[in-house]
Amino acid sequence: MGVAADLAEVQNRSGFMTPQGRAGLAKVIVITSGKGGVGKTTTSAAFAAGLALRGHKTVVIDFDVGLRNLDLVMGCERRVVFDFINVINGDANLNQALIKDKRHDNLFIFPTSQTRDKNALKRDGVERVMEELKQQFEYIICDSPAGIEHGAITALYFADSAIIVTNPEVSSVRDSDRIIGILASKSRRAERNEPPVDVHLLLTRYDPARVAKGEMLAVEDVKEILSIPLLGVIPESESVLRASNTGTPVVFDEESPAGRAYVDAVARFLGETREMRFVKPERRNFFRALFGRA
Amino acid sequence: MGFFSLFQPRRNSASIAKERLKIVLAHERASSRAPDFLPILQKELLAVVGRYVEISDDMIRVTLGNAGDTSSLEINIEIEGAKPKTGSGSALSAAV
Repeated sequence: MGVAADLAEVQNRSGFMTPQGRAGLAKVIVITSGKGGVGKTTTSAAFAAGLALRGHKTVVIDFDVGLRNLDLVMGCERRVVFDFINVINGDANLNQALIKDKRHDNLFIFPTSQTRDKNALKRDGVERVMEELKQQFEYIICDSPAGIEHGAITALYFADSAIIVTNPEVSSVRDSDRIIGILASKSRRAERNEPPVDVHLLLTRYDPARVAKGEMLAVEDVKEILSIPLLGVIPESESVLRASNTGTPVVFDEESPAGRAYVDAVARFLGETREMRFVKPERRNFFRALFGRA
Repeated sequence: MGFFSLFQPRRNSASIAKERLKIVLAHERASSRAPDFLPILQKELLAVVGRYVEISDDMIRVTLGNAGDTSSLEINIEIEGAKPKTGSGSALSAAV
């Protein structure tokens, strides 16, 4: 490999490739679930930060118009000047609205508007903004609102990949199934008869001790019911609330089991094989450590 | 059962959840995959059959089946116990 090729590789990794070079390579990932409160925004923040930590230039967009929260979870709520709707309406340009994360050069936040106009997210406007983002970023993470209304459909419409955030609980699993069906019929890929959106299951708020007692659906059960590939299991963890309290994506907390589980999930998304951690009750690990079989 | 219930007083709730989900999702997936015209077709069939025999909504079922490469439209009309409509009896015999 020549110096030029090496340089191209480095530029590619650090996200400074020419617009012409990156066009078409950018990947749009929607973080969705149907049900609310399962961890979509936490996952969007963690996944975007995780991809940035791996050297990929990433933007995370809040699609929850009227209920802006990604800015708080990312800790940039006081830096919001212009938003998604301003850019769609042409009141601001993209670079005026994008917020560069202070912890990582590769990470950008695109906040949404607090308007109550539910139809402010016009599809052609969103499409134009997406095309513009594709010129600058390797990964575009779309944080979907809950439900199956306009905002949620717009968030998933342009997706190449989808991460289905699911809790091991009946209503969440049912809503995930519904969203998987909508991705297969209502996404742009479906409408254009292109290869389908590749869907991944991310099981969050998992409590291995309760699973062992038969009080909670096991990861195998949810996988079997939804029959989509598993990207990761995020254990129920105190560190998640601590992360949102302080406005820090949980992957930046190296002590956090949830943070490490997200780092693993990002690695799997990038094609690496990683063993599933945090799916067995803690005590077992403790005994293993005791007998020196850690 | 009574004996075992001494040791396991309650049935494992996770397995109940799994079973319930499997049933409800099987039903929902089947109905979400069905084309939009099915309910209208069912209504029109009901109207036509209803001209000749007394029939109620629940006696007709239209389902889309899938077996391997072939898909089939299955129409089930429950006629047993349905009375021929008085007055239109002649129409029925004329048609047959």
